[in-house]
This record gives sequence, structure tokens and C-alpha cells, in this order.
Amino acid sequence: MTPEAKDKPAMLEMRTIRKAYGPVRVLADVSLSLAEGEVRCLAGENGSGKSTLIKILSGVVGADAGTVIIAGRPQGNDAKAAISAGLSVIYQDFSLFPNLTVWENIGFLAAVTAGEMVHRRSVRRALAIETLKRMRVDIDPDTPVERLPVASKQLVAIARALANNARIIVMDEPTTALTRSEVARLLEIVGALRDEGVAFLFVSHKIEEVFAICDTITVLRDGRVVVEGPIQEFDAASLVEAMTGRSIDSQRLPRTQAEPASPFLSARKLGRRGEYADVDIDLRPGEIVSVVGLLGSGRTELALTLFGALAADEGRIKIEDRPVVFAGESDAIDHGIAYVPEDRLTEGLFLNQSIRDNIVVSSLEKNLRAGFIDARALVQRARDAVKALRIKTPDVAPSVATLSGGNQQRVVLARWMERNPKLMILNGPTVGVDVGSKREIHELLVALSRSGTAVMVVTDDISEAIALSDTILVMVRGKITGRFDANDVDEDRLYNEVIKEGRA
Amino acid sequence: MSKPLSRVLATPQGVVLITVLVFALVLGIINPAFFSVATLIDLLRNSLVTGIFALGVMMVLASGGIDVSCTAIGAFAMYATMKIVLGVDVDLPIFAFFALSALIGAVLGLFNGLLIGILGLPTLIVTLGTLSLYRGLLLTFLGTTYITAVPREIIAFSRKVLVRMENAAGQMVSLPYSFLVLVGVAAVVAILINLTLFGRKIYAIGGSEEAAERIGIRVRHVKVMIYVLAGAIAGLAGMTHVTLSRMANPFDLVGMELNVIAAVVLGGARITGGYGTVTGTLLGVFVITMINTTLLMAGVPSYWQKVVIGGLIIVGTGLPIIIERLSRHRERISRSLSA
Repeated sequence: MTPEAKDKPAMLEMRTIRKAYGPVRVLADVSLSLAEGEVRCLAGENGSGKSTLIKILSGVVGADAGTVIIAGRPQGNDAKAAISAGLSVIYQDFSLFPNLTVWENIGFLAAVTAGEMVHRRSVRRALAIETLKRMRVDIDPDTPVERLPVASKQLVAIARALANNARIIVMDEPTTALTRSEVARLLEIVGALRDEGVAFLFVSHKIEEVFAICDTITVLRDGRVVVEGPIQEFDAASLVEAMTGRSIDSQRLPRTQAEPASPFLSARKLGRRGEYADVDIDLRPGEIVSVVGLLGSGRTELALTLFGALAADEGRIKIEDRPVVFAGESDAIDHGIAYVPEDRLTEGLFLNQSIRDNIVVSSLEKNLRAGFIDARALVQRARDAVKALRIKTPDVAPSVATLSGGNQQRVVLARWMERNPKLMILNGPTVGVDVGSKREIHELLVALSRSGTAVMVVTDDISEAIALSDTILVMVRGKITGRFDANDVDEDRLYNEVIKEGRA
Repeated sequence: MSKPLSRVLATPQGVVLITVLVFALVLGIINPAFFSVATLIDLLRNSLVTGIFALGVMMVLASGGIDVSCTAIGAFAMYATMKIVLGVDVDLPIFAFFALSALIGAVLGLFNGLLIGILGLPTLIVTLGTLSLYRGLLLTFLGTTYITAVPREIIAFSRKVLVRMENAAGQMVSLPYSFLVLVGVAAVVAILINLTLFGRKIYAIGGSEEAAERIGIRVRHVKVMIYVLAGAIAGLAGMTHVTLSRMANPFDLVGMELNVIAAVVLGGARITGGYGTVTGTLLGVFVITMINTTLLMAGVPSYWQKVVIGGLIIVGTGLPIIIERLSRHRERISRSLSA
């Protein structure tokens, strides 16, 4: 922490920024400042206005009112000017060129900013090597970026910003894809650069990340700054409360205790080389099981295997005590298994089609009359589902694209519930869903499970796992490393389990 | 299998190269006259026009696009040039013929570039459309007759040869001055893509258009320039064709575009963008020409050429994808969970 940061001049000032898209107000009088060598976190839930604020800051989008001042100079809606003024945004996907070498990637931004005409190989390569050395990073400058692991790509993105003399680096959810030791390495580098006077703005909604990295914090909620100040003034509970607007205590959903039932699906010694191994899992009607793990822990691959989309190399799966082998997703669907994918927008929904069609598309055979589809019955069924799941829409005819994230997720749920699945697997069920809707989706899932469906949730959201589940399995590097009754585990304990990197 | 051989086989270009070597070897055994300097010169001469077209198309592929209209641009540019020169009836140096043809090609390429870069239309659709459009305009408005009375500067230029010799069958084979056009275009393209920031921006856009936009590259601008250049190069290819055949036939060239694209892809450019080299492209062109010429020499019906070229396109584009998939699979299998 650098207390002297307060005395240093502000490198970035955003004053009373306002932005609306049509009638929807996204940012209302947001102010934010960043001093030399300051590491500030911009925290907020999905939909709180973080990304819009970053777009305005980087000049990609213009603000309706308010000013952005970088290094004393007012900025307009001009991305190039912002880059020249010393601002660099490192996006979640890093925006590197996979086909080019590390050194060429690092030097490219500086060359474009300087408006060079000639490609000076040796100069740029030397600059890249020097920048990597300054960061004390050991990456072969001649490797194509596509061959690098994620953590190295991020370091290359940082090096590219530095090679362009960036004084302010904005990073969008920087630790999402990193392991704990990689996060530690990133923090070291950030610390060293901070001492050189580089200011960082981290954008995040992950509590752990915020406390690990930042000196100061600005919390956005519904497009307003709800609170800001040095990190010491916060703890996890008060930060969550600031971000979500609700207290952390009442997180776990009330429920009746599940009746002990024999498992619908049980897997033993399940393994897929390079992804997960030795997984034992039982999924029972009336029980919600969460598999909690970081990105790359094998959680998604496990879920996809149970849905028949990937084949296991080892182990066996039994359904209602009979061994099964899935040849593909349709086999699993025939056995009564449903899967709600991580990215509902690309994998789950037909965005431009009506809510009705999206709900009934996988259960059309329910309304066959002499081989023809009974359109009126379909509409009725879709309306019933909309009512049952409390989807906020005037009718079932508008396209799914008109709905909010939470309501879109409910449409996906409705579609699968129309098939009366015996097992529902959900991957990241509330990613990109606002807080209120999150709670309601959790309630829906609890109700679904109490009505006799087996539910499996795959997530990296620890508070979600605790709020929702009966049993929590922790997955680390492809292995189940812990089993908990969700009643007697707290967030800290679970968090420490999830980030353990293998127990040798 | 020895180590270096397996490494060569792991790249699609390696597979193509080895296939071709085996192919040449078989031909050489059937017909020993195949291995001679005369054959080489003949192949080089036959590669000229395809090679020039291919260098332009390679830049387009590197940027993540595709250009199937290049041959129509070439045909239009060379025929229009001949019409204009014969119309004004003044003596012009041979250089002016090439310059005019390149200029006309650049204008047609600019139209492609505006549709693709500024309006953001898909490159395949645009160039498929302009392929037919330019050809139609050529035949409708400029004419459908052969121009055999070409200006004497062209005749003079086409008579100048770098090398001339007799082949095994007693025919004269020669490498004309037009070979220098290919050399010149290759040199300019090589300098452009390796030594200028503009050239590197082509590869950046081919790698990730969004990333290019985010670091301040003016993507639309670069795209327009790429198609203008490809058009100009197609114009040069068209004029080169005239100097080789000593007449201007408006029905020529169109139909070659598949050969051109096959050559570029075999030369290592990827249809998905971001890759492509001058040497690779020239090798690809040589391979395609060799297959076409030798099949003919071996008495294989010319329809079979199409079968072979089609097969090579599928192999050339499909192999990288399959190799990539295999290596991902192998990577997963070899990954250890407890590392």
C-alpha cells in the first residue's frame, strides 16, 4: 500500500460522467480519480456500468456529460488520443495477435501510436526484450503468441502497454483465467510497476481479487458510485453489501431437508485424460450438488461428460443402477438429462426468435395432433411456462433478445423444464445475471429439486454454491478434493479449498 | 521414421512437398527426359501468370479475406489497355503498357476494397460478384474479339528472352523477359509485407481484426489498400499474359482463379488469415504448374487436372485443421493433472 499516493498528482480524472442508451440510464454522475502509482479497483456486479465506464475512459464511446482528463489533458471520444495520452486497456481476451510473435505483439502498439511507416525489426525486437526484462518475465520473444499459456499472454499484453509508455493500465477481470501462483506473479509485477509510478485500474466483481490487489476501491451499483475509499476501510462482507445492496447473512436459501433417495445418476472413477480423473459423483432426486472449481479445473469437462458431449476414458456411469454409455448428447437427453450451458447466448438460445419458440423448441412432440403441430396449444404451454417462471415479458411473441439476462436464463430453464428432466445440469447458471434475478433463479432451482429432479450446478461462484446447494464438491486440477455439506461450510473455508493447487 | 522427416510431415506444406517430389520421381522414371533444365525453364515460363496473380491473392488471404475476382480484373485490365493503346495510336514504351494495366487493375480493386473495407461486406461474396461483374462488363462493353494485331513494342518485348534452349523433343523452350515482372512483383511484395508497418498490419488484421482496431490500426483503410494492391498486381498479371501469348483474348484468364487460390493455400497461407509468405506462395505456384503440365505431358486427360487441383485444395486447407486437432488431442492426453 502506498499512503504517499495521495500526495501525487492525479493522472486520471473522470468527473460527473453521465451516459444513457436510449431511455436506459447506465451511468449517473460517476466520478473517479487515479493518482500516480495508485492501484484502484472498480468493483461492481454485472450490469452496474463498469464496462460502459471503461469504454468512455478509453474513448471508444462518448459520454453524454462529464469530462475525462488524462495527464492534465481533457479527452474526447477518440481512442487513439487516449492511447497517446498514456492509457492502455487490457481486455479480458487480451486482444493480441495469435499469429505474430511475442516481440512483434509487444512492439506493435508503440509502432502504430508513433505512426511509423517502416517495420524496424531489430529495434522493435530489442524494445520487446528490454520490456520483458524490465518486468523480470522470462518469455521467449520469438514464440508465436498462440502457443503461449493464458498467463503468459496476459503478461505480453501488459508488456505491450509498457512498451508504449503506458502510465495508466486498465485491466478487465485480470485474474479470471489464472491459477493462484500466476496471480501471485501478476501481483509482484504490478507492485514493481506501481513503484515506477504506473497507475492501475482493475475492473472486477470478484471479492477475493479486489482484496488481493488494490490500494483503493470504487464501488459502482446501478450506474452510481455507492462508496469509495482505501481498501482498509472494507471487509468482504461490507464490500459484498456495497456491491449487491443486500446483506451477506441471509444468503443461504431456506429449504426442506432432502429425503435420502437412491441416486439417479452415479459415476465412479470417471476420468478423461488431461482434464479430470477419479471422479466419484452421485446425483439424487431432491438434492442440489454443486461442483466448485476455477476455470480449467475440469469442472466444465466433467459436466459435458455427464451430458454425453465428451467421452470419458475411464470409469463408468450408471443411471438408475444400470450402466450406460452415452454416444452423444441425444443419448443423454433420451435418459432424461438436461444441460444448460455456460454461455447461454451462443450455445443455448435462438436470440432473434420468439420467447414461445425458444421455450417449446425441444418439446414440440408434446403438442402433436395427427402428426401436425397444434400451434395454439404451443402458445398456451409457453404462456404457462412464462407465468410459472415469472419471466418478465408482456407476451410470448417478442424475441428473446428483448429480455434481460436473468429473464433469458429463465427461458433456457423453461425450455428444459418442459421436457420434465430427471437430471438438470447447469453450468454457471447466473453468469451475467443481476443480483435480484440471481436470487430468484436460485429459488427456482431449489423448488425444481424439491419436486424430485436431481440438480447439478457447476460454478466458480462460491457464494452461489453455498446459497444454492445441499452438497458441495470442490474440484482442483481435475480431481475432487473436498466434499462439504453446504450447511456447515463458510465462504472462507471453501475459497481456500478451491484455490489449493493440488495436494501432493 | 527419422526425426527431421517426421517434423516435415507434421506441416501441411511438408506433406504437399513430399507428395510432389514423389510425383516428380514417378514421372522421371516413366519419362527420363523430365529431369532436365529445359523442363525447369518450361515450368517457370508456365508459372509466370499464375505466380503474379498468386502474390496479390496471398496478401488478401493474409489479411483474412479471399479474392476470386483477380483473374477477371486481369482480363479486364489487359484488354482495356490494348483497346486504349490501339485507340490513341501513339508509340509507348513497354513500361507504359504495364503501368496502364496496373492502374486499371487498381481501380477495379479499389471497388472491391470499398465494398469490403468501407461497407464491411463479406469478401467471398463481393469478389464472386465482381468476378462476374468485371467479366460481364469486359465482354459487353469492350468487346469479344481477339486482338492479334498487338503493338510492336509488345512483340519486341516478348522476343527478348533470358534463356533459350532445346528440349529433349527438339522444341525450343525459353524464359522471356516477362519473368522479370514476376521477380519484380515478388520483390516488392516481400519488401512490403516484411519491412513496412503497412505489411505487418495486414498480418495483424488477419490475426485478429478486433485486436487491430483496439490498438489503433485503421482496419478499413488498410483493407481498401490491400484490394487496390491486389488489383494492380492482377493488372500486371494480365499484361504479362498478353506478352506471353502475343495477343489479347478477352476470354482468357478467367477460370484460373481456382489454380491461383490452390497455389496460395498450398504455399502456406491459411484461409482463416494471418499467414502467408512470398517463398511459400511461389513454391505453391510451381507445384500447381508442375502438376498441370506434367499430367498433360504424361497423356492424362486434362479433366483430371481439375480433380487433382480440387483434391490438393482440400488437402492443403484441411490438413492444418486436422493436424491442429490432433495436436490438441495429443496435448490433452500428455497433460498431467498433478503437475
